[in-house]
Amino acid sequence: MSAITGKVYVLGDNIDTDQIIPAIHLYLVPTIEAEYRKLGSFALSGLPAGLPPFVAPGSETSEYRIIVAGRNFGCGSSREHAPIALGAAGVKAVVAGSFARIFFRNCIATGELYPVDCVARLCDEFKTGDEAELRLDENVLIKAATGERFDLKPLGDAKDVIDAGGVFAYARKTGMIKAAGA
Amino acid sequence: MTEKILAQHAGKAAVRPGDNVWVRVDILMTHDVCGPGTVGVFEREFGKDAKVFDREKLVVIPDHYIYTVDKMCQRNVAIMREFCQRHNVKYFYDPDTTAYKGVCHIALAQEGHTRPGEVLLGTDSHTCTAGAFGEFATGIGNTDAGFVLGTGKILLKVPETMRFVIEGELPPYLMAKDLILRIIGDIGVDGATYCAMEFAGSCIESLSMEERMTLCNMAIEAGGKNGIIPVDRVTREYVKARTNKPFIEVTSDPGARFKSVANYNAAELAPAVARPHSPDNYAPAAACGDVKLDRAYIGSCTGGKLSDFIAAAKVLLGRKVSIDTYLVPATREVEQGLHATKLDGRTLAQVFADAGCLPVAPPSCAACLGGPVDTVGRANGAEVVISTTNRNFPGRMGSKEASVYLASPYTVAASAIRGTITDPREFM
Ligand code: SF4
Repeated sequence: MSAITGKVYVLGDNIDTDQIIPAIHLYLVPTIEAEYRKLGSFALSGLPAGLPPFVAPGSETSEYRIIVAGRNFGCGSSREHAPIALGAAGVKAVVAGSFARIFFRNCIATGELYPVDCVARLCDEFKTGDEAELRLDENVLIKAATGERFDLKPLGDAKDVIDAGGVFAYARKTGMIKAAGA
Repeated sequence: MTEKILAQHAGKAAVRPGDNVWVRVDILMTHDVCGPGTVGVFEREFGKDAKVFDREKLVVIPDHYIYTVDKMCQRNVAIMREFCQRHNVKYFYDPDTTAYKGVCHIALAQEGHTRPGEVLLGTDSHTCTAGAFGEFATGIGNTDAGFVLGTGKILLKVPETMRFVIEGELPPYLMAKDLILRIIGDIGVDGATYCAMEFAGSCIESLSMEERMTLCNMAIEAGGKNGIIPVDRVTREYVKARTNKPFIEVTSDPGARFKSVANYNAAELAPAVARPHSPDNYAPAAACGDVKLDRAYIGSCTGGKLSDFIAAAKVLLGRKVSIDTYLVPATREVEQGLHATKLDGRTLAQVFADAGCLPVAPPSCAACLGGPVDTVGRANGAEVVISTTNRNFPGRMGSKEASVYLASPYTVAASAIRGTITDPREFM
């Protein structure tokens, strides 16, 4: 995938996995289809009160496709439920100042979404609801209203893995492992 | 140390930070929260009839959502039970039997699964706890774990090492928790992202294995990939008492390269708290005396070991708590220790009962991560809690409205007596 367009949702620093998917929902098993969708409906439901709802009540998916955040996004637990909840809600990419290691790795392994580092502090440049276009091939995030371009750091090899749909799909595509059940 | 262990497991003479290497895995641990997803990935990708890479190297320790009437949580344990039976998994600590242990990271150590020089992966961020045994241990997600389950291997990026040297004996009012809260306060919750945190110095050498585990446990709270402590007599004695599997000791080379070296003098540190809502929000306990508390909580893989309860009991002996004080031993072994260990002729359990604490809860993760609404100790409102656990992000103990302060068992016990945050030196 090269271009992602849609509304952005803006967050600050240290958004941890309990805010992305509160522990009370962890009984949901992501590999079971109905529970995967349910995880999406709870995406970012752990945010403090006062912020606009990320997923509208009664909906399983979010109107926001890109998250713009500060430093250390996804810190805390190793739960893969976190990138999965965001992906299931329809998020395609998180653009952040930096990522916590396990969250970053889980994004790539699952192929759920692109974790992209920004250069400037973009959570101060965007407001929730802004329309934006993310061009991964050019490593820029463009604000639709003004045309402003913000530089992003290249994802490197990780992009290929996410493009393929995660580490297993990538490993098969490149011949590293055989097809399931083969 | 981390580089040497990864090189050995990659079959290479040496590796450098930044290298991506395929590493052989000695132990893969999973539990009831991430196990079903891991198994789901494994069966989706390798097929329903595929075999696990090694039935003796997979350790399954249900511990998170155990004492609950929630049907879905019970279903998840059942998924793991069925899987372990089908694959004849050797180490499955079934909650429905006497084999049940409790919190995975402590059970791993107590059952002899943590051994120097090995590579241990777990589907839990606090898997880094096992680094206390001089091994490489880190947390991974379900998809990576599903891959390991099928292949016994994982692709890892070799981390740079940040070294923390702590000299001097720990004063009697301080614990490993105070050290690590101070370090996290200094470097921040992303201060060690992608890095190995190596702890050394005369202070570390004087610590018990349980205290060392507290340090490594919280490496992830600074974003670290792993924590690691050199092997010594204390490590060897603990491990040899619990397993007869041989192990290889790995040492830090005299000329090793480090990303950074920080020095601390134990005597200069103070009892610490992390204020809401972040583990790096450091303050000396003495500076938080105006914080009124609703509840105290002693438990988890960080603060629910026998030495943690002994510390709390020392403070509570002959005194009374003034707020609800929850006690959740990490494992069955710790729980038994509460009845077997005596202070002034009274068992720890008696000391706690005399002090007016709530009855000892059965071992599990319990309210450390909130859990289902019927979880013991869960914050369901705007409670102000002081806790020996390791995380205090919003909502971590249940309710988003709750405020959680992290501290050592000494400080938690002293604060439980006063009902406000209290420096334990006031009772020592
Ligand atoms: S006790 Fe808490 S931190 Fe430790 S494994 Fe359980 S939930 Fe995680």
